[in-house]
Order: sequence, then C-alpha cells, then structure tokens
Amino acid sequence: MTLLFNLMAQSVQMLLVLALAPLLIGYVRKLKARLLRRKGPPIIQPWLDLIRLLRKEVVLAENASWLYRAAPYLIFAMIWVSAALVPTFATGLTFSWSADLIAIIALLGSARFFLALAGMDIGTSFGGIGSSREAMFGSLAEPAMMMIVFTVSFVAGTTQLSEIAAYMAGNLELRASVGMALVALLIVAIAENGRIPVDNPATHLELTMVHEAMVLEYSGRYLALIELASALKLLLYLSLIACVFFPVGLASHDAGAEAMMIGLCAYVLKLAIGGGALALFETSTAKMRIFRVPDFLGAGLMLGLLATLLVFVTRSL
Amino acid sequence: MPLYLALTCVSALLAVSVYAILDRRNHDVSRNVYRLCIGLCGVLFLAAVMPRGAHVVSTALPLGLPWIGMHFRIDVLTAFFLAVVNLGGAAASAYAIGYGAHEKEPMRVLPFYPAFLAGMNLVVLADDAFTFLVAWEFMSLASWALVLTHHHEEENRRAGFVYLLMASFGGFALLMAFGVLGGVGGAYDFASIRESTKAGWTSGLVLALAIVGMGSKAGLAPLHIWLPLAHPAAPSHVSALMSGVMTKVAVYGFIRVVFDLLGPPAFWWSVEPMTFGAASALIGVLFATIQSDLKKLLAYSTIENIGVIFIALGLALAFKANGMALPAALAFTAALFHVFNHSLFKSLLFFGAGAVLNASGERSIERLGGLIHSMPKTAFLFLGGCVAIAALPPLNGFVSEWLVFQAILLSPSLPQWTVKLLVPAVGVALALSAALGAGCYIRAYGIAFLGRPRSEAARQAHDPDRWSLATMAVLLTLCLIAGLLPGLLIDTISPVAKDFVGGRMPTQAELSWLSIAPVAESRSSYNGLLVFLFILFSACSARWVIHKFGTARSRRAPAWDCGYFETSPTTQYTGSSFAQPIRRTLGVIAFSVRERLDMPVPGDTRAARLSVEIKDRIFDYLYAPLTRAVESCAAGLNILSLLTIQEYLALVFAALVFLLVLVAI
Repeated sequence: MTLLFNLMAQSVQMLLVLALAPLLIGYVRKLKARLLRRKGPPIIQPWLDLIRLLRKEVVLAENASWLYRAAPYLIFAMIWVSAALVPTFATGLTFSWSADLIAIIALLGSARFFLALAGMDIGTSFGGIGSSREAMFGSLAEPAMMMIVFTVSFVAGTTQLSEIAAYMAGNLELRASVGMALVALLIVAIAENGRIPVDNPATHLELTMVHEAMVLEYSGRYLALIELASALKLLLYLSLIACVFFPVGLASHDAGAEAMMIGLCAYVLKLAIGGGALALFETSTAKMRIFRVPDFLGAGLMLGLLATLLVFVTRSL
Repeated sequence: MPLYLALTCVSALLAVSVYAILDRRNHDVSRNVYRLCIGLCGVLFLAAVMPRGAHVVSTALPLGLPWIGMHFRIDVLTAFFLAVVNLGGAAASAYAIGYGAHEKEPMRVLPFYPAFLAGMNLVVLADDAFTFLVAWEFMSLASWALVLTHHHEEENRRAGFVYLLMASFGGFALLMAFGVLGGVGGAYDFASIRESTKAGWTSGLVLALAIVGMGSKAGLAPLHIWLPLAHPAAPSHVSALMSGVMTKVAVYGFIRVVFDLLGPPAFWWSVEPMTFGAASALIGVLFATIQSDLKKLLAYSTIENIGVIFIALGLALAFKANGMALPAALAFTAALFHVFNHSLFKSLLFFGAGAVLNASGERSIERLGGLIHSMPKTAFLFLGGCVAIAALPPLNGFVSEWLVFQAILLSPSLPQWTVKLLVPAVGVALALSAALGAGCYIRAYGIAFLGRPRSEAARQAHDPDRWSLATMAVLLTLCLIAGLLPGLLIDTISPVAKDFVGGRMPTQAELSWLSIAPVAESRSSYNGLLVFLFILFSACSARWVIHKFGTARSRRAPAWDCGYFETSPTTQYTGSSFAQPIRRTLGVIAFSVRERLDMPVPGDTRAARLSVEIKDRIFDYLYAPLTRAVESCAAGLNILSLLTIQEYLALVFAALVFLLVLVAI
C-alpha cells in the first residue's frame, strides 16, 4: 500500500513537471508583456503551440542523419528524467535516490552534448555558431555548478537532493556561503536556460543567438520536443533553487496526502514568485555581448569557489 | 599455477616476435601474428582472473643477474592490471587483423608488436627492481620501434627522437628511485624493499623520482610533451595500446612504488600527485580542444585522463595517511575504475580514428565531415566512445568521475590545512576539465562525423572490415556494462583497495536495485541502470504518444539556415572556428596564441588571411631553455676532446684522486 502510494507520488511528480513547464513559460511571457504594457498571449499559449507543432509534419533537411532525428527524443527524455528527480512538492520519493545532484547535472550535460551535436548535423553556419557557443557556456557553467554542489553538500553532508532539502528545512539559518552559492546558482541558471542577459529566448535571426541557432533547422514534433525540453529545464532550475534554498512547505514522502497538497500549493507559489522575479529581471536588463558572458559565468564560478572555501574554513574553526 | 601460465604466455609472445621475422615472406604472417596475440592475451587475461589458490603467488627464476635471479609475483593489484593490459592487448590485436592488412611495411610492426605486449606484461609481473627496470626499458624500446613504423615522415622521426629522450630520462629517474629504495645493501627484490625501514628524506626523494619516472611514461604534465607526438605517429592499433594500456602500466608502477614499497604514507605525499594531476587534466583538455589532428586530439585527452587518475591517487594517499580507510578506499577505487574505463574508451576511439584514417587518408578533422553518412557504423561506435569519455551518464566515464567527486566531497574531514585547501582547487580543475572534455568531444565528433563532407575523400569513405567493427562494438558494450552495473566492478576492485589502502567500500552487490553508494545511501547514490531505463522509457513513450496522437509524417527539403543556405561545404563551421571561443576565454592560461590578420587595402584584390599561431608555454619556458643549456654545456665541454695525451693523463689522475678523497670521507 505504501509502495503504491509512493509510486503514485512519483508519477504525479513526473506528470506535474511536464504539465507545469510550458505554463511557467507562458506565465513568464505574460508577465513580461504586462510589464511592457502589452496584453500578451494567454498563459496556456505554449501548450497550444506545442500541440499545434505535434500535429504538423516535419521538414527535414536533405542531409539530416539519424542522430538529428533521435536527438530530440533523447534530449527531452534526459531533461524530463532529471526534472522528475528534483524534489518539487515532496522529498524522498521512490526513485529520488537513483541519481544524486551531481548525476542530475551530468544528465543535463548529456542533453547539452546531444543538442550541440544536433546543431552541427546539417552543416549550416548558424548551427555551428550555436553549438560552439553552447560548448563554451557549458564549459564554464558546469564547473560553477559543481562548486555550488560542493558548497551545499559540504553544508548538508550529502549530495542527495532530498536529504539536502530536508537538512536545509531542518536547519534554517543564514550562512554567507549558502548565500554566495545562491547567487552563483542564479547566474548559472540564467546562462543555462539562455535567458537575458546571456541569450534572448524571444530572438530569431540574430547573430548573437545561441540556443535558437542550434535548433534553427528543427520543425514539427522535433521542435515541439525541444521547446518542451527547454521549458522543463527552466522549471528544473527553479525547482532546484526552491528545494535547496527555500525548502519551506516541502512534504516528506511518508507525510501523507494532506501534507503533499500543502507542498504542492507551496511549490506552485514558489514557481510563481520565481517566474515573476525572472520576468522582472529580464525586462530591466539588456542582453550582453557574447564575449562578456565568460566574465559573467566566471563571476559565478569564482563565487562558487569562494563559497566552497568559506565552508571549509568555517567548518574547521 | 596462474603465474607460470602467465610467464609461459609472455615467452610465447616473445616467440611470436621471432616467428614474425622468420616467416616474413608468408602473406598470412600479419594475420597469424595478430591471431596468436589475441589467443595469448586471452590466456593471460584468464590467468589474471582465475582463482589463485593463495592470496599472493610468487616465484624466482634463475635468469638475468646470477646472484639475484628474476622474481615474479601476482597479487591483487598485478591481477587487476594484468586484466586491463590484456583486455586492451586482445582488443588491439583483434582490431589489427583487419587494420594491419593495410600496412605497407608490415615488417616494421609485426616483430615489435608482440614484444611490446610481452614487455608490458613483464612490468606488471616483475617482483624485483632489476626485472622491473629491464621490462620497463624493453617496453619503452619496443614501443619506440613501433612509433618509427612510418619513419619516412620527418615528423615521425622527430617524435621518435623526443620519445627516446624522454623515455631514457624517465628510465634514469626510475633507476635512481630503485637505487635509493634498495639502499647501500642493495636488496633489490620487492619483498626486502617492502620490509626495510626508510628514512624521512628517502621517501620524499623516491616519491619525487617515481613521479618523474612513471609520470614521464604516463604523460603527466609537464613531462607530457612526447606523448602527443609519439602516440599518434604509430599505427592506430599501437596508438590505442600506447594511450590506453601503456600509460596504465605507468600508473601501475606508481601505485606499486608509492602505495606498496614506500610503506605508510605521510600526508604531504598527496600534494605532488594532486598538483601535477590537476595541471595535466587542464593542460591536456585545453590542448585537445584546439587540436585539428584527430589522433593528436585523442593523445592530449589521454593526458587529461591520466591527470584525473593521479588526482584520485593523490586523494587516496591523503586519506590513507590520516588513517581514513573508507574515503581512501573510495578514492583508490575511483582511480582504478578510471584506469579500466580509460583503457576501454580510449582504445575504442583510437580504433575509430584508425578506421577514419584508413578510409579517407585524413587525420585532420578540418578536411572530414559527414562521415555519419559514409561510415554509419563507425560513426555510431565512435559516438558511444565520445559519450563515455566525456563523462556523461549513463556510460562508464561518468561513474569514475562521480566517484572522484564523492571522494573530494569527503575531504573536509582531513586535518591538514595544506591538503584541505588544495582539494577544492583540485576539484575546480577536475570540474573544469570534465566540462571542457565534453566540449572537446562535441567538436571532434561534430566536425569530423556530422555536417557535410569537406573533401572528396570524406565523401567516399566507407566502414572498415568486420573484425574492426566487431572489436569496437565489444569495447562499447563493455563501456555500457561498466556504466550501467558499476557495482560489479567496484566489488572487483575492493580486494585491491583492501590490500593497498587498508579499507574497502561497502559491498555494492548487497544494495537494492543494483545501485551504487560509496559511503551510505543517505549520503550519495547513483543507479546507472535505472537512469538508463528511465531515459529509454521516456524517449520511447514520447515517441509512441507523438506518433499515435500527433503525426509521424516527415518530408525532405533543402536546409533552411535562416534563408541563407549556401551549398558549398566550406561555409560550415570549422574545427578552429568552433574552438575559437574557448581558445579566447580559457586558452591564455595554457598556451600563447598570436592571431595575425592580413587585410588588403580597399582596391586590392588579393584574399585576406587570418593566421593563428599557437605555442605551448611549457615547451617555450621549460624545454627550450633546457635544450639551450644542454647545448651550451656540450659546446663548452667540447674542448675536452682536443687535449694532448699529457693533459688527458693529468685529468684522469685528478679525477681518481678526487673520487678516492670522496670515498675516504
């Protein structure tokens, strides 16, 4: 009975992230539009777009290989699995131990690997630009992310996300190192999701585009999968920030349905706040030059390293 | 029994060398030699994994120096490395059955190839300093001969020269290391060395010499300069052996000396392996990222992986010195796991590069492209190798990196500040090199295998023979198994860790669902199999849902490229343009780049040129002054060859007196 309940909670989480991700994108777009005094499309517009795309036929470039056709499924699956492994409304779900935080980050790395390869498959110049820049961002963002992992797992004594969240919820105190890690994580999250000021998700046909340049040749269901995957990635980062740094309201896996409902409400609230902050931030800054991005990410890396060292020093004093 | 079996196989390998010379007129000699090598490596592999009866088996044969003889021994460490060496050896031989048929001068490979295999096996089996050094030099010389296979090319001759220099330098360092270890008494068998007591300065000196000696063979920076020259110069199956296996023999030597012969470690021993390891990891991966020669790229990436192994070994030393058995076992297991992994995927990648080289005649990725269409099977297998070496789940490269990270995460409990502050820095280097490694292989694969062919040769390339493909497929399967069921391998390594660092990781087979947890499940766990199945399930169900409720229709059309699609393949991104952002942002640390733009004035019709010159700082600031110093010393000493007979006699007399005085003191 418990097992059944646990399995159900896990599948609810998997479907929940899938359902919420495009809504989050729609919500951020709506907010941004309102901030610019436009009316903006309805929040469910991304879902409508996806459904439309899924029904359209795919136009494949003439020399597209099998890798190009397999990549969207792989990327989607990898990001979906990692998004489902981050605690959203409850910790310690049935399969949460199958990958710890390092493995989740590496899974995102795998998705990036295949996306960059897919960008190069057709042999267009835009695809190459996108992949090359993505590889550069990744090679700075991933170490920064690892430093954040070091910090939080030194503090919590574990790399299991559920355990970290439980520890953080149990020991609510202000720590300078955790604060620095949070700032670093925000920097990484902005870069990894291609948001302003690193990349503009609304852009098309710009020499500075990165993510859009890689997926330029995709259409139909493949494009839908990739859009869904990038929405899931944004949701994943917001959930990660919420569960590690603001674990308020998170239910434990054996807490019963009522606590889980509270957790769910808290989660949606946290997403709303996070999405609102993102929209506000994006409307108030401009995109930066491509070669300033390494400085931006380097700042994240240094902050992460500083946070790690701080934990080392304070722990032994 | 297994020891005698192993020794018999080694002598049989030497006999195969002789056979290759005797039977050189026969057309089938190449095929026969490689077949015999597969068989013998297979038997040696069995000898490594078969139950030994006793924990340690050893023997002394009345060969070599009369009053010492030659000692051989198999213990858990030897068995592990014997298995790695012969797995790689068997794979390379199987690959070479097809690949070797294209060799234009087979007599430059065949006699040396079995001898090289025999040398590597002997190093691992040796149980006294004399045997070890003889086998070591034998291995070096055999591989040197193989590097010179294509000696008509100027570049390869230079590679051979640099390799010979570095190998003799390393061998010299090892000679001194064993000299210091053996002491004045001169007990050179490992058993007596193990029991003798060492003074404080001895261990420091031996450690430094071992790092230099073993590190120069393994390709540890800054002793790595020969590796990217020599490994690619040899035929591809030999490159695979040198990169995948011979570097591991050097790692074996390091473990044998530092973890075994030197006795209980002090904490500061860990500083050198960790520092040099981190430097190698970064330098290796940065140079790999800018290489356009596919085999050179793989050779540089070997340096990176050796760096990772040495980082893990350094951590193991630090933990062992502080009596923390479990973390030490974790770090040590991570190192050996990576040794095994790297031997698999590096061989696989070199085989792939060899297949590309044979099919297109090209080593430069700038003239390849689109191979996924012309060599589909090789492309798939090479992609597997790239994913594995880029440390991406669910393949095996990720597992060993994950274990190293877990070991790093246990470091705050170390008491010494030096190590404590060094470890996070090493962690950054490791994280950076892992991320850059992924970028490097995106570039290698994307430019060489994807896109449109940049030359006619690339368009007309074709998959290699069945032997080569089957070998690569077996290696990829092994990578997958090691990635999905890492617990099996960890449990296999456990006894080695028990003997050499005094602790063992929890038995992984007892965990539910075949997951792995280095310390405790509440601390960290990873289940490659489950993650893989989840990904498979999600991808398949997504495909099913879309095809059922959406559409499965597709149509081919010209590429879109924002409407600017240009049919010439030269408009694609090249390898150097792909690496440009990384070269610009991170490259300044490792190499000096000078870009020169030659832009004609308006009205002038000649083409503009951008030339990029990349220099290795280590070569410029370390080796070039060294070469100059050696040359000026040699020039200075030249007058000694122009003395008269009286002056020579006076010189000899002075030297004699000086030495006698030295002895008297």
